[in-house]
Amino acid sequence: MAQYVTDFMRYAAPTTTDEAVELLQSDPDARVFAGATDLIPQIRAGRPEPSLLVDLKRIERLVAVSHNNGTWTVGAATPTSALTANPEFSAAFPGLSEASGLIGSDQIQNRSSWGGNLCNASPAADSVPALVVNDARAVIAGASGERTADVADIVTGPGETSLNDGEFIIEFLLDDPPAGSSDAYLRLIPRTEMDIAVVGAAVQLSMDGDSVASAKVALGAVAPTVVRVPDAEAALVGSTLDDDALAAAAAAASAACNPIDDKRGTIQYRRQVAGVLTKRAVQIAAQRAKGAN
Amino acid sequence: MPRTHVSCTVNGDEVDFLSSDETSLLNALRDELGLTGVKEGCGTGDCGACTILVDGKVNCACLMFAPEAEGSSILTVEGIAQGDQLHPVQQTFLEGAALQCGVCTPGFLVAAKALLDENSDPTETEIRYALAGNLCRCTGYDKIIRAVQEAAVQVNGASK
Ligand SMILES: Cc1cc2nc3c(=O)[nH]c(=O)nc-3n(C[C@H](O)[C@H](O)[C@H](O)COP(=O)(O)OP(=O)(O)OC[C@H]3O[C@@H](n4cnc5c(N)ncnc54)[C@H](O)[C@@H]3O)c2cc1C
Ligand code: FES
Ligand code: FES
Repeated sequence: MAQYVTDFMRYAAPTTTDEAVELLQSDPDARVFAGATDLIPQIRAGRPEPSLLVDLKRIERLVAVSHNNGTWTVGAATPTSALTANPEFSAAFPGLSEASGLIGSDQIQNRSSWGGNLCNASPAADSVPALVVNDARAVIAGASGERTADVADIVTGPGETSLNDGEFIIEFLLDDPPAGSSDAYLRLIPRTEMDIAVVGAAVQLSMDGDSVASAKVALGAVAPTVVRVPDAEAALVGSTLDDDALAAAAAAASAACNPIDDKRGTIQYRRQVAGVLTKRAVQIAAQRAKGAN
Repeated sequence: MPRTHVSCTVNGDEVDFLSSDETSLLNALRDELGLTGVKEGCGTGDCGACTILVDGKVNCACLMFAPEAEGSSILTVEGIAQGDQLHPVQQTFLEGAALQCGVCTPGFLVAAKALLDENSDPTETEIRYALAGNLCRCTGYDKIIRAVQEAAVQVNGASK
């Protein structure tokens, strides 16, 4: 096949967010992209059929990473390989860094972005549970200026987001994790590399000595969107991560699943694995948090 | 059909070409520039047959729109030898018969070169992860991994 499905797509590479907003206003069938690792295979499969392709990577803010006054600002089109290769970032958010590094091969890593991973709105997107437990926020550009929203509120269903027409994410904000806290992300895939999560489990813990001061648990690939698991969090807080607390957290994670049956796993298998991965991710996050004390 | 003028560096030469906006860089390299070493296996990022270096980093040419190449420096398998002197990975693939049909080979060679540029003494595990984005359906991976290990020995010997 020499060409993609339509012969009418135009390409534009704006260098400012204002220009990008204008382009998106000018054409209701415009589509932003960063790495295009989701978009090109979808266009080839016949959907979507954008008339205008807006490349976000030439806008400085979209590919900038900075750390100022206790907040990390990560451009939404930054390739994930730039994050995993950043030692300061990876030390601050080891689980989020690992989750980002699980996306695809080295070839994909040099293109895949958080903005694309989130806005593609696949339930199995690896970076999203880890962004959610770290309370990441998204700065969004649109015709009426900029607004900020919690990452947890962006995806509303498979392939669906709460972004309005013509809006796009400029950058993500992450506050420095408090002293004595850390995160972890584990996923199960049927192979060692290059597959989509059967289950992904992200955990963020703050420790007060040996007991848990606060906990966040989010699961991917087990429901139409990433799910927070408040019952697992409640089971962990105040505990010393004894067997009972871990078992209660695992049971709560299994119960929070609303998964599908597919070739990668049955409903029952996904529920079981969600509990096991949650327990293991809790233990890894706790160990890291104690090291950070 | 909208067409964009693209200027970039390919295998060390400055090139200009006209590309339709929605075509992939893979198609532009093959059809506009005649660089047919870049193969299309899947067109969806899964097989790595289209692996090229963009500003020194491995990328799937099938997952880039051609106009994205503007201003970048691209290396394809055609550019990894020094004149008549094959790159060590090319030599060890030949000597170790690390190819059969050869469709995957250009992608493997470019990915292996990129790995050795960054890490001239990789472990077997590091090689397997670095090449996880490249699929081979006939040779099998052992000969490929061994050829990369052998090339690493040569690269190291040359730098010592
Ligand atoms: C071989 C292969 C393996 C993969 N493996 C994994 C994996 O293991 N785990 C995983 O989670 N994913 C995986 N993916 C999917 C994909 O690589 C990721 O989802 C990636 O993070 C998408 O980022 P991108 O920049 O390439 O997105 P793009 O394709 O550029 O965009 C994806 C969608 O998001 C929209 N979008 C992009 N940026 C923005 C923005 N800033 N604001 C608003 N909307 C935006 C686009 O319009 C598009 O609809 C894989 C893909 C391939 C091809
Ligand atoms: S053709 Fe590009 S990855 Fe298969
Ligand atoms: S040699 Fe045929 S696919 Fe690898």
